[in-house]
Amino acid sequence: MPADAPECGQPQVGPADLFRAFAVLTLHSFGGALFWSRRMLIEQRGWLTEQEFVEVLALAQLLPGANGTNLAAVVGYRFAGVRGALAAMAGFMGPPLLVIGAIGAVYYLYADLAFVQHALKGMAAVAVGLVIATGIKIARVLGARWFPWTITVLTFAGVGLMRWPLLIVLAVLAPIAIVAAWKGHH
Amino acid sequence: MPLTELAALFAYFLMLSFIAVGGAPSILPEIHRYVVEVNGWITSSDFARLYTLAQVAPGPNVMYLPLLGWDIAGWPGALALTFAFIAPSLTLTMWVARLYARHPTGTAVLAVRRGLTPITIGLTCASGWVLMHGAAEDWRGYALTAFTVVFVTRTSFNPLWILVAGAGAGLFGLV
Repeated sequence: MPADAPECGQPQVGPADLFRAFAVLTLHSFGGALFWSRRMLIEQRGWLTEQEFVEVLALAQLLPGANGTNLAAVVGYRFAGVRGALAAMAGFMGPPLLVIGAIGAVYYLYADLAFVQHALKGMAAVAVGLVIATGIKIARVLGARWFPWTITVLTFAGVGLMRWPLLIVLAVLAPIAIVAAWKGHH
Repeated sequence: MPLTELAALFAYFLMLSFIAVGGAPSILPEIHRYVVEVNGWITSSDFARLYTLAQVAPGPNVMYLPLLGWDIAGWPGALALTFAFIAPSLTLTMWVARLYARHPTGTAVLAVRRGLTPITIGLTCASGWVLMHGAAEDWRGYALTAFTVVFVTRTSFNPLWILVAGAGAGLFGLV
Protein backbone atom coordinates (compact mmCIF):
# COMPACT_ATOMS: atom_id res chain seq x y z
CA MET A 1 0.00 0.00 0.00
CA PRO A 2 1.33 3.41 -0.92
CA ALA A 3 0.69 4.96 2.50
CA ASP A 4 2.96 2.36 4.13
CA ALA A 5 5.88 2.95 1.77
CA PRO A 6 8.87 4.94 3.03
CA GLU A 7 8.60 8.68 2.40
CA CYS A 8 11.29 8.60 -0.33
CA GLY A 9 8.67 8.03 -3.03
CA GLN A 10 6.83 11.28 -2.35
CA PRO A 11 6.91 14.25 -4.72
CA GLN A 12 9.47 17.03 -4.27
CA VAL A 13 7.58 20.09 -2.97
CA GLY A 14 9.30 23.20 -1.60
CA PRO A 15 8.05 26.05 0.59
CA ALA A 16 7.42 28.30 -2.45
CA ASP A 17 5.25 25.59 -4.08
CA LEU A 18 3.33 25.20 -0.83
CA PHE A 19 2.75 28.94 -0.48
CA ARG A 20 1.46 29.24 -4.05
CA ALA A 21 -0.71 26.15 -3.89
CA PHE A 22 -2.40 27.12 -0.64
CA ALA A 23 -2.87 30.72 -1.74
CA VAL A 24 -4.70 29.53 -4.87
CA LEU A 25 -6.79 27.01 -2.98
CA THR A 26 -7.82 29.41 -0.22
CA LEU A 27 -9.07 31.95 -2.77
CA HIS A 28 -11.36 29.23 -4.18
CA SER A 29 -12.66 28.32 -0.73
CA PHE A 30 -16.20 29.60 -0.37
CA GLY A 31 -18.03 27.87 2.45
CA GLY A 32 -14.98 26.05 3.79
CA ALA A 33 -11.68 24.78 2.45
CA LEU A 34 -12.15 21.01 2.75
CA PHE A 35 -13.48 20.33 -0.76
CA TRP A 36 -10.85 22.52 -2.41
CA SER A 37 -8.01 21.06 -0.35
CA ARG A 38 -8.84 17.55 -1.48
CA ARG A 39 -9.22 18.64 -5.10
CA MET A 40 -5.90 20.47 -5.11
CA LEU A 41 -3.82 17.91 -3.18
CA ILE A 42 -5.10 14.77 -4.92
CA GLU A 43 -6.69 15.60 -8.26
CA GLN A 44 -4.72 18.63 -9.43
CA ARG A 45 -1.21 18.31 -7.98
CA GLY A 46 -1.04 14.64 -7.11
CA TRP A 47 0.86 15.40 -3.90
CA LEU A 48 -1.13 12.90 -1.82
CA THR A 49 -3.00 9.67 -2.46
CA GLU A 50 -6.62 9.40 -1.30
CA GLN A 51 -5.55 7.28 1.69
CA GLU A 52 -2.80 9.75 2.66
CA PHE A 53 -5.26 12.63 2.41
CA VAL A 54 -7.75 10.95 4.72
CA GLU A 55 -5.01 10.29 7.27
CA VAL A 56 -3.87 13.92 7.17
CA LEU A 57 -7.49 15.04 7.42
CA ALA A 58 -8.02 12.84 10.47
CA LEU A 59 -5.17 14.67 12.22
CA ALA A 60 -6.56 18.06 11.20
CA GLN A 61 -10.15 17.23 12.24
CA LEU A 62 -9.63 15.26 15.41
CA LEU A 63 -6.99 17.41 17.06
CA PRO A 64 -8.22 20.73 18.45
CA GLY A 65 -8.02 23.93 16.41
CA ALA A 66 -9.20 25.13 13.01
CA ASN A 67 -9.35 22.18 10.58
CA GLY A 68 -8.15 24.14 7.57
CA THR A 69 -5.09 25.66 9.20
CA ASN A 70 -4.20 22.34 10.82
CA LEU A 71 -4.40 20.67 7.41
CA ALA A 72 -2.21 23.32 5.77
CA ALA A 73 0.38 22.98 8.53
CA VAL A 74 0.50 19.18 8.41
CA VAL A 75 0.81 19.09 4.60
CA GLY A 76 3.47 21.82 4.66
CA TYR A 77 5.39 20.03 7.38
CA ARG A 78 5.20 16.71 5.58
CA PHE A 79 6.94 18.07 2.47
CA ALA A 80 9.27 20.79 3.77
CA GLY A 81 9.45 20.72 7.56
CA VAL A 82 8.70 23.74 9.73
CA ARG A 83 9.49 26.15 6.87
CA GLY A 84 6.99 24.31 4.71
CA ALA A 85 4.34 24.50 7.41
CA LEU A 86 4.85 28.24 7.83
CA ALA A 87 4.80 28.80 4.06
CA ALA A 88 1.57 26.82 3.67
CA MET A 89 0.00 28.72 6.59
CA ALA A 90 1.02 32.10 5.16
CA GLY A 91 -0.44 31.18 1.77
CA PHE A 92 -3.60 29.90 3.40
CA MET A 93 -4.32 32.81 5.78
CA GLY A 94 -2.75 35.82 4.05
CA PRO A 95 -4.84 36.27 0.88
CA PRO A 96 -8.23 35.87 2.65
CA LEU A 97 -7.20 38.49 5.21
CA LEU A 98 -6.43 40.93 2.41
CA VAL A 99 -9.72 40.16 0.66
CA ILE A 100 -11.71 40.53 3.87
CA GLY A 101 -9.90 43.76 4.63
CA ALA A 102 -10.92 45.04 1.20
CA ILE A 103 -14.56 43.93 1.17
CA GLY A 104 -15.00 44.47 4.91
CA ALA A 105 -15.21 48.23 4.55
CA VAL A 106 -17.60 47.95 1.61
CA TYR A 107 -19.80 45.52 3.47
CA TYR A 108 -20.09 47.79 6.47
CA LEU A 109 -21.23 50.63 4.19
CA TYR A 110 -23.88 48.52 2.49
CA ALA A 111 -24.57 46.06 5.29
CA ASP A 112 -28.35 46.32 5.03
CA LEU A 113 -28.51 45.48 1.35
CA ALA A 114 -30.45 42.27 1.13
CA PHE A 115 -28.78 41.00 -2.04
CA VAL A 116 -25.69 39.82 -0.17
CA GLN A 117 -27.86 37.71 2.10
CA HIS A 118 -29.74 36.28 -0.88
CA ALA A 119 -26.59 35.37 -2.79
CA LEU A 120 -25.17 33.84 0.36
CA LYS A 121 -28.20 31.60 0.79
CA GLY A 122 -27.65 30.05 -2.63
CA MET A 123 -23.91 29.70 -2.07
CA ALA A 124 -24.48 28.02 1.30
CA ALA A 125 -26.63 25.31 -0.30
CA VAL A 126 -23.83 24.68 -2.84
CA ALA A 127 -21.11 24.73 -0.17
CA VAL A 128 -22.96 22.03 1.78
CA GLY A 129 -23.11 19.94 -1.40
CA LEU A 130 -19.32 20.28 -1.72
CA VAL A 131 -18.83 18.95 1.82
CA ILE A 132 -21.13 15.98 1.16
CA ALA A 133 -19.39 15.23 -2.16
CA THR A 134 -16.03 15.23 -0.35
CA GLY A 135 -17.42 12.74 2.19
CA ILE A 136 -18.57 10.47 -0.65
CA LYS A 137 -15.23 10.69 -2.44
CA ILE A 138 -13.05 9.94 0.57
CA ALA A 139 -15.33 7.06 1.60
CA ARG A 140 -13.84 5.12 -1.32
CA VAL A 141 -10.75 4.32 0.77
CA LEU A 142 -12.93 2.16 3.03
CA GLY A 143 -13.17 -0.47 0.29
CA ALA A 144 -15.42 -3.46 0.92
CA ARG A 145 -14.48 -4.16 4.53
CA TRP A 146 -17.46 -4.19 6.88
CA PHE A 147 -15.75 -3.07 10.11
CA PRO A 148 -14.52 0.39 8.97
CA TRP A 149 -17.92 0.99 7.36
CA THR A 150 -19.59 0.21 10.69
CA ILE A 151 -17.39 2.79 12.43
CA THR A 152 -18.16 5.37 9.72
CA VAL A 153 -21.91 4.79 10.00
CA LEU A 154 -21.83 4.93 13.81
CA THR A 155 -19.85 8.21 13.74
CA PHE A 156 -22.31 9.69 11.25
CA ALA A 157 -25.32 8.52 13.28
CA GLY A 158 -23.92 9.75 16.61
CA VAL A 159 -22.73 13.19 15.49
CA GLY A 160 -25.06 13.84 12.54
CA LEU A 161 -28.39 12.19 13.37
CA MET A 162 -28.35 12.08 17.19
CA ARG A 163 -26.33 15.33 17.60
CA TRP A 164 -24.40 13.83 20.50
CA PRO A 165 -21.34 15.85 21.62
CA LEU A 166 -18.37 15.13 19.37
CA LEU A 167 -16.01 14.46 22.27
CA ILE A 168 -18.23 11.72 23.70
CA VAL A 169 -18.63 10.00 20.33
CA LEU A 170 -14.86 10.14 19.82
CA ALA A 171 -14.11 8.88 23.32
CA VAL A 172 -16.22 5.77 22.63
CA LEU A 173 -15.43 5.03 18.97
CA ALA A 174 -11.77 6.05 18.59
CA PRO A 175 -10.35 3.45 21.04
CA ILE A 176 -12.47 0.68 19.47
CA ALA A 177 -11.38 1.65 15.94
CA ILE A 178 -7.70 1.93 16.88
CA VAL A 179 -7.61 -1.39 18.75
CA ALA A 180 -9.34 -3.09 15.82
CA ALA A 181 -6.79 -1.63 13.38
CA TRP A 182 -3.99 -2.79 15.72
CA LYS A 183 -5.37 -6.36 15.88
CA GLY A 184 -5.81 -6.37 12.13
CA HIS A 185 -2.04 -6.00 11.68
CA HIS A 186 -1.12 -8.88 13.96
CA MET B 1 -10.08 48.51 24.91
CA PRO B 2 -7.94 48.50 28.07
CA LEU B 3 -4.90 46.25 28.10
CA THR B 4 -6.33 44.06 30.88
CA GLU B 5 -9.40 43.24 28.77
CA LEU B 6 -7.22 42.52 25.74
CA ALA B 7 -5.17 40.15 27.92
CA ALA B 8 -8.36 38.44 29.07
CA LEU B 9 -9.47 38.04 25.45
CA PHE B 10 -6.06 36.57 24.56
CA ALA B 11 -6.13 34.11 27.48
CA TYR B 12 -9.68 33.05 26.67
CA PHE B 13 -8.91 32.16 23.05
CA LEU B 14 -5.68 30.45 24.14
CA MET B 15 -7.88 28.18 26.26
CA LEU B 16 -10.40 27.70 23.43
CA SER B 17 -7.62 26.55 21.12
CA PHE B 18 -7.16 23.40 23.19
CA ILE B 19 -10.84 22.46 23.40
CA ALA B 20 -11.88 23.32 19.83
CA VAL B 21 -12.21 19.73 18.62
CA GLY B 22 -14.31 19.82 15.46
CA GLY B 23 -12.88 23.11 14.28
CA ALA B 24 -13.87 26.74 14.43
CA PRO B 25 -17.63 26.24 13.78
CA SER B 26 -17.95 23.91 16.79
CA ILE B 27 -17.01 26.64 19.30
CA LEU B 28 -19.18 29.35 17.75
CA PRO B 29 -21.91 29.14 20.45
CA GLU B 30 -19.30 29.35 23.22
CA ILE B 31 -17.62 32.40 21.64
CA HIS B 32 -21.01 34.05 21.24
CA ARG B 33 -21.74 33.45 24.93
CA TYR B 34 -18.41 34.99 25.99
CA VAL B 35 -18.19 38.09 23.78
CA VAL B 36 -21.92 38.92 23.50
CA GLU B 37 -23.64 37.66 26.63
CA VAL B 38 -20.91 37.75 29.30
CA ASN B 39 -18.82 40.76 28.25
CA GLY B 40 -21.10 42.72 25.92
CA TRP B 41 -18.18 43.62 23.63
CA ILE B 42 -20.31 43.24 20.51
CA THR B 43 -24.03 42.98 19.82
CA SER B 44 -25.58 39.73 18.71
CA SER B 45 -26.58 41.13 15.31
CA ASP B 46 -23.07 42.49 14.66
CA PHE B 47 -21.68 39.07 15.62
CA ALA B 48 -23.95 37.41 13.05
CA ARG B 49 -23.03 40.03 10.46
CA LEU B 50 -19.30 39.37 10.93
CA TYR B 51 -19.84 35.65 10.53
CA THR B 52 -21.76 36.26 7.32
CA LEU B 53 -19.00 38.50 6.03
CA ALA B 54 -16.40 35.79 6.67
CA GLN B 55 -18.57 33.34 4.73
CA VAL B 56 -19.00 35.68 1.78
CA ALA B 57 -15.24 36.06 1.46
CA PRO B 58 -13.06 33.22 0.19
CA GLY B 59 -10.92 31.41 2.74
CA PRO B 60 -11.21 29.02 5.66
CA ASN B 61 -14.11 29.16 8.15
CA VAL B 62 -11.76 30.40 10.84
CA MET B 63 -11.52 33.80 9.13
CA TYR B 64 -14.36 35.07 11.28
CA LEU B 65 -11.95 35.19 14.23
CA PRO B 66 -9.66 37.99 12.96
CA LEU B 67 -12.80 39.94 12.01
CA LEU B 68 -14.25 39.50 15.47
CA GLY B 69 -10.98 40.58 17.13
CA TRP B 70 -10.77 43.58 14.81
CA ASP B 71 -14.32 44.63 15.64
CA ILE B 72 -13.73 44.33 19.40
CA ALA B 73 -10.28 45.91 19.67
CA GLY B 74 -8.92 46.97 16.28
CA TRP B 75 -5.75 45.46 14.81
CA PRO B 76 -4.27 44.44 18.20
CA GLY B 77 -7.50 42.53 18.82
CA ALA B 78 -7.39 40.82 15.42
CA LEU B 79 -3.77 39.73 15.91
CA ALA B 80 -4.17 38.67 19.54
CA LEU B 81 -7.30 36.65 18.93
CA THR B 82 -6.01 34.90 15.80
CA PHE B 83 -2.61 34.09 17.25
CA ALA B 84 -4.08 32.86 20.54
CA PHE B 85 -6.50 30.56 18.77
CA ILE B 86 -4.13 29.18 16.15
CA ALA B 87 -0.71 28.84 17.78
CA PRO B 88 -1.37 26.25 20.53
CA SER B 89 -3.40 23.81 18.46
CA LEU B 90 -1.03 24.20 15.54
CA THR B 91 1.95 23.32 17.73
CA LEU B 92 0.15 20.24 18.99
CA THR B 93 -0.83 19.16 15.47
CA MET B 94 2.70 19.56 14.12
CA TRP B 95 4.08 17.64 17.07
CA VAL B 96 1.81 14.69 16.24
CA ALA B 97 2.66 15.01 12.53
CA ARG B 98 6.35 14.76 13.48
CA LEU B 99 5.63 11.65 15.51
CA TYR B 100 3.96 10.13 12.43
CA ALA B 101 6.89 11.06 10.21
CA ARG B 102 9.46 9.55 12.57
CA HIS B 103 7.71 6.21 12.80
CA PRO B 104 5.88 5.88 9.48
CA THR B 105 5.57 2.10 9.77
CA GLY B 106 5.46 1.71 13.56
CA THR B 107 2.60 -0.57 14.60
CA ALA B 108 1.06 1.93 17.02
CA VAL B 109 1.24 4.88 14.60
CA LEU B 110 -0.18 2.72 11.83
CA ALA B 111 -3.04 1.54 14.05
CA VAL B 112 -3.94 5.14 14.95
CA ARG B 113 -3.73 6.31 11.33
CA ARG B 114 -5.82 3.42 10.01
CA GLY B 115 -8.20 3.40 12.95
CA LEU B 116 -9.12 7.06 12.67
CA THR B 117 -9.77 6.92 8.91
CA PRO B 118 -13.42 5.69 9.13
CA ILE B 119 -14.16 8.17 11.94
CA THR B 120 -13.00 11.12 9.85
CA ILE B 121 -15.12 9.98 6.91
CA GLY B 122 -18.17 9.66 9.17
CA LEU B 123 -17.52 13.11 10.65
CA THR B 124 -17.24 14.74 7.22
CA CYS B 125 -20.57 13.24 6.16
CA ALA B 126 -22.14 14.26 9.48
CA SER B 127 -21.06 17.89 9.12
CA GLY B 128 -22.52 17.93 5.59
CA TRP B 129 -25.76 16.51 7.00
CA VAL B 130 -26.00 19.03 9.85
CA LEU B 131 -25.11 22.02 7.66
CA MET B 132 -27.62 20.97 5.02
CA HIS B 133 -30.55 21.55 7.37
CA GLY B 134 -29.26 25.00 8.25
CA ALA B 135 -28.66 26.01 4.63
CA ALA B 136 -31.97 24.98 3.07
CA GLU B 137 -35.29 26.66 3.76
CA ASP B 138 -37.45 24.42 1.59
CA TRP B 139 -37.12 21.69 -1.05
CA ARG B 140 -35.38 24.05 -3.49
CA GLY B 141 -32.39 24.44 -1.20
CA TYR B 142 -32.12 20.66 -0.80
CA ALA B 143 -32.43 20.28 -4.58
CA LEU B 144 -29.54 22.69 -5.14
CA THR B 145 -27.42 20.78 -2.62
CA ALA B 146 -28.28 17.46 -4.28
CA PHE B 147 -27.52 18.89 -7.71
CA THR B 148 -24.12 20.08 -6.42
CA VAL B 149 -23.26 16.60 -5.13
CA VAL B 150 -24.09 15.00 -8.49
CA PHE B 151 -22.32 17.80 -10.40
CA VAL B 152 -18.99 17.46 -8.60
CA THR B 153 -18.96 13.67 -8.26
CA ARG B 154 -20.06 12.93 -11.86
CA THR B 155 -18.54 15.72 -13.97
CA SER B 156 -15.13 17.35 -14.23
CA PHE B 157 -16.28 20.94 -14.70
CA ASN B 158 -14.69 23.50 -12.40
CA PRO B 159 -16.91 23.55 -9.28
CA LEU B 160 -16.50 27.33 -9.06
CA TRP B 161 -19.20 27.53 -11.74
CA ILE B 162 -21.75 25.93 -9.51
CA LEU B 163 -20.89 28.34 -6.69
CA VAL B 164 -21.51 31.21 -9.11
CA ALA B 165 -24.76 29.55 -10.18
CA GLY B 166 -25.73 29.16 -6.51
CA ALA B 167 -25.12 32.85 -5.83
CA GLY B 168 -27.20 33.69 -8.90
CA ALA B 169 -30.02 31.38 -7.82
CA GLY B 170 -30.04 33.09 -4.43
CA LEU B 171 -30.05 36.56 -5.97
CA PHE B 172 -33.06 35.78 -8.15
CA GLY B 173 -34.93 34.24 -5.24
CA LEU B 174 -34.84 30.71 -6.65
CA VAL B 175 -33.68 29.10 -3.38
